[in-house]
Amino acid sequence: MTKRVGIEASIAVAEAAKLARIEVAAAYPITPQTHIVESLSEIVANGRVDAEFICVESEHSAMSACLGSSATGARTFTATAGQGLELMHEVLYVASSSRLPIVMAVCNRALSGPLNVWGDHSDAMAARDCGWIQIFSTSGQEAFDQTICAFRIAEDAKVLFPVMVHLDGFHVSHVVEPMLLLDQKEVDSFLPPYTYPFPLHPDKPVTMGAFAPPAIYTEARKAQEEALISTTDTIRSVWDDFGKRFGRHYTPVETYKAEGAEVMLLTMGSFSQPAELAIDKMRDEGKKVGLIKLRLWRPFPFDDLRQAVSGASVLAVFDRCLSYGGTGGPVCSEIKAACYGMEKSPHIVGFVGGLGGRDVLPEDFEQILQKAISDAEKGQDRAYEMIGVRE
Amino acid sequence: MSKQDFELTWKDLEIGCIVTEPGSARSYRTGDWRSQRPTYDSSKCIKCGLCALYCPEPCIHPDDAEGYYKADLFYCKGCGICAHECPKSVITMVAEEEK
Repeated sequence: MTKRVGIEASIAVAEAAKLARIEVAAAYPITPQTHIVESLSEIVANGRVDAEFICVESEHSAMSACLGSSATGARTFTATAGQGLELMHEVLYVASSSRLPIVMAVCNRALSGPLNVWGDHSDAMAARDCGWIQIFSTSGQEAFDQTICAFRIAEDAKVLFPVMVHLDGFHVSHVVEPMLLLDQKEVDSFLPPYTYPFPLHPDKPVTMGAFAPPAIYTEARKAQEEALISTTDTIRSVWDDFGKRFGRHYTPVETYKAEGAEVMLLTMGSFSQPAELAIDKMRDEGKKVGLIKLRLWRPFPFDDLRQAVSGASVLAVFDRCLSYGGTGGPVCSEIKAACYGMEKSPHIVGFVGGLGGRDVLPEDFEQILQKAISDAEKGQDRAYEMIGVRE
Repeated sequence: MSKQDFELTWKDLEIGCIVTEPGSARSYRTGDWRSQRPTYDSSKCIKCGLCALYCPEPCIHPDDAEGYYKADLFYCKGCGICAHECPKSVITMVAEEEK
């Protein structure tokens, strides 16, 4: 095991792409993802990895170039954030439906308007249904590890889906943290060379992206849905193998101090860290509270989630995104749907905050938990609450 | 493609709906789209081949017997461009339900 180093998460993600021996990167710089592509272009220019770095004119082109590159059988990486993810939106669906194992780091950023370059999950939620495997990381270490795991997951013959590794803009992407990086030998032993079953090659012509009339489109959708659901087993086994080799263990749903917890808080991404501090404090005060960290967003781990909440009577769900005129936070409505029909579903209360880079502190999470408890005691049911908003 | 598209189940599809058989579009009956079909008065035909040149499909070829240009109705979408361009008014488009 290599020694601990202080490194910025974005630089570590670029190192992860290098260690994965990517063959092509096509990316357009955008805050807060810029440090990833800057660093990666330097790595390529300095010959530290034998890859082509395609400087494109937009994110739409970045993802389109990735499609072509991945289809030839080249290991392909890109990164984006916020408006950039939205600009590539239509191409995201083509990548997943064509089953091209592109890996993309997304430094989650708020969407305009008003213009805001700071972190929240609006970008990821707008791309929720694009058919990619989506993993949320809570720290730079995790973003590094998940980027390496993402290649092995994506390229597995039983998977062949593109993977997004989400890391919160600034709160993770720009933070220098002590990390355990892997060396080239370790990554080589974990990640075999990529062999795509249908690479574009003149010797064995195939048609990709052919049209599907009404007579076939429904079947195509069904095949894609079944295939995506079935990737969960591989994701688990890749994470298990990673844990065995390198000692850092990942699961689709992770719990923190959940034993005997009657009141639970669910978060996704970096805000799990201040939430942990809130849980620590409340546990010290003798309160039976626990935390659920949702790591795998798509395919959604229904069974794991139900298992994690099974002992709780109250569940507070924290969202960094708002579905306007709808049910509040997208994660909360997903959790409510997942728990619907459970024999003993907890009372679920939604909170929306941390929008556009606004901090949410441990004491805010304490308040969230207390509000959820008092709501549940009163039997009160409300759509959601925006926290930290000035009235 | 051994099965027509409406016979395929979701399990029959290749990964990513990739088409692995080169030239498989040949077996796709675009003639299904037709609402009008071309009919010919060969007595006026001078075999100039303009209809074949203009055919966007391109599915018009000289027939085996006497070399008159005819559309292959498996592919002909019934656009009527051949009838419009024919300098000798050989081709008349008739509605498909009329036999």
